[in-house]
Amino acid sequence: MANMIATRDAYGEALKELGEINKDIVVLDADLSGSTKTAVFKKAFPERFFNVGIAEQNLMATAAGLATTGKIPFASTFAIFATGRAYEIIRNSVAYPKLNVKIAATHAGLTVGEDGATHQALEDISLMRSIPNMVVLCPADAVETKKCVFKAAEHNGPVYIRLGRSKVPVILDEDYEFEIGKSVQLRNGSDVTIIATGVMVAKALEACDKLAEENISARVINISTIKPIDKDIIIKAAKETKGIVTVEEHNIIGGLGSAVAEVLAENHPAHIVRIGTMDTFGESGDGNKLLDKYGLNAENIVAKAKELLNK
Amino acid sequence: MASYENLEKIANNLRVEVIKMLKEAKSGHPGGSLSACEILTALYFKEMNVDSNNPNWPERDRFVLSKGHAAPILYAALAEKGFFPKEELMTLRKIDSMLQGHPDMKGTPGVDMTTGSLGQGLAAANGMAIAGKLDSKEYRVYALLGDGEVQEGIIWEAAMLAAHYQLDNLTVFLDHNGLQIDGWNRDVMNIEPIDEKFKAFGWYVINIDGHSFEEIFMALEEAKNTKGKPTIIIAKTVKGKGVSFMEDQVDWHGKAPSEEEAAKALEELGGVF
Repeated sequence: MANMIATRDAYGEALKELGEINKDIVVLDADLSGSTKTAVFKKAFPERFFNVGIAEQNLMATAAGLATTGKIPFASTFAIFATGRAYEIIRNSVAYPKLNVKIAATHAGLTVGEDGATHQALEDISLMRSIPNMVVLCPADAVETKKCVFKAAEHNGPVYIRLGRSKVPVILDEDYEFEIGKSVQLRNGSDVTIIATGVMVAKALEACDKLAEENISARVINISTIKPIDKDIIIKAAKETKGIVTVEEHNIIGGLGSAVAEVLAENHPAHIVRIGTMDTFGESGDGNKLLDKYGLNAENIVAKAKELLNK
Repeated sequence: MASYENLEKIANNLRVEVIKMLKEAKSGHPGGSLSACEILTALYFKEMNVDSNNPNWPERDRFVLSKGHAAPILYAALAEKGFFPKEELMTLRKIDSMLQGHPDMKGTPGVDMTTGSLGQGLAAANGMAIAGKLDSKEYRVYALLGDGEVQEGIIWEAAMLAAHYQLDNLTVFLDHNGLQIDGWNRDVMNIEPIDEKFKAFGWYVINIDGHSFEEIFMALEEAKNTKGKPTIIIAKTVKGKGVSFMEDQVDWHGKAPSEEEAAKALEELGGVF
């Protein structure tokens, strides 16, 4: 059984480590530091932590001002408030002037669970990837989260990092090399390709095992940089397998599936099936049960892969 | 009483440039540029420690034009100060110009923050002031707000934050000309009593005549001597100040003067094309 760690927990630890080696790191939060785990940084470096209160617009614009002076602000709150409520501040005061602000948003997707639809961001990838200058990262597990945080700090410009609330299996090795814009093939396969992001990558691996039991060879690709997207790995998969299934804890409109479809349509048209929430809002309930209810599980990936192969 | 003859001359030059620039651009915002003229003149030509040869000098005082639509007066001041050649002013709002319709810190030397979407500049100024405190820097941060702008919710988020973090290295001007696009503040959305609101939010508040250099500098001195809280200088101004037919006229919020109107304005200001 894999070790289970929430990506938000890995974020808090990574921030603290980063804060130790880089004095320019400052962290801002909007009254959710216990949940976003920025409290871990706050405890270690209270002088470099700023709570702005329940004011997400203020969170982003204050971070922008800090960035103009050479600071590297990490601004955290829940994904829905970061990208929804503060969208226009991110666009005009962070991304347009290409300021060095890192937006690390937790509680993305259905796995927010019991808090329900108002708190489950299913549109954030779409919103963030349509803003020029913005890099969009969605790590799959604790190992990748830590690497994303460090690489985001090295990158000069705005970065959106999508993190989750619930514990997810650690699937990547510590020596795994993460690079912004580079995706990684986790399993080789020749029949079908499953492209997943974030917490869905573990589900994709599970589906791969189930498909193998039925003698279906599935390739699994982890796309943790949704923008700029790794076109080569997608085109190669389209050429070498019979079709592509994308999986994301996000609306099928505008997220990973759309990004992959755009690459395919312009470069190598291929069969594609997008798994995500089907243009609906979420609801309250246990996070894992919600994933099952909305088809974000290995069983549905297997079913969709088989449907695609029978086309 | 100190003489501000030189600054008055500069202010008049800046007004002339604003009129010329807007006539050439055929669009833009004269009213709120002219009302803020003395404030920007005071900041750039006496108060602020900036270096036009080194616009990104880390120790410089910062200025955030939160009411970004008053870009013409900022550009006129920056050009006069030598941040870029004055000829650039005639490219305002045109394709490939370094002078965008609203301030762009990446394209224009001397612009400390990209603004234009109202309300965000004050929060950005807070960020700069926090950084200054964190690194024990001497620099001060200045911001200019419009009076219509304070209707934005983020202004009050930022107002709370500045007081909470005791940003006494921040001085904000409110260009209180009373007018916004749709009319008088009091008719569109009343903001009064604006001084009491900022006081209640924990700010040190000074009311002045925003066209009097003497009052502007007295207020700036008071702001510097005020410790433990940010200062807002509520500057009573006249929209379109200096051009008789633009004064207090809401129509001149966001309209460029025609050839004839510009000529008439320049005649009043003693400027030439």
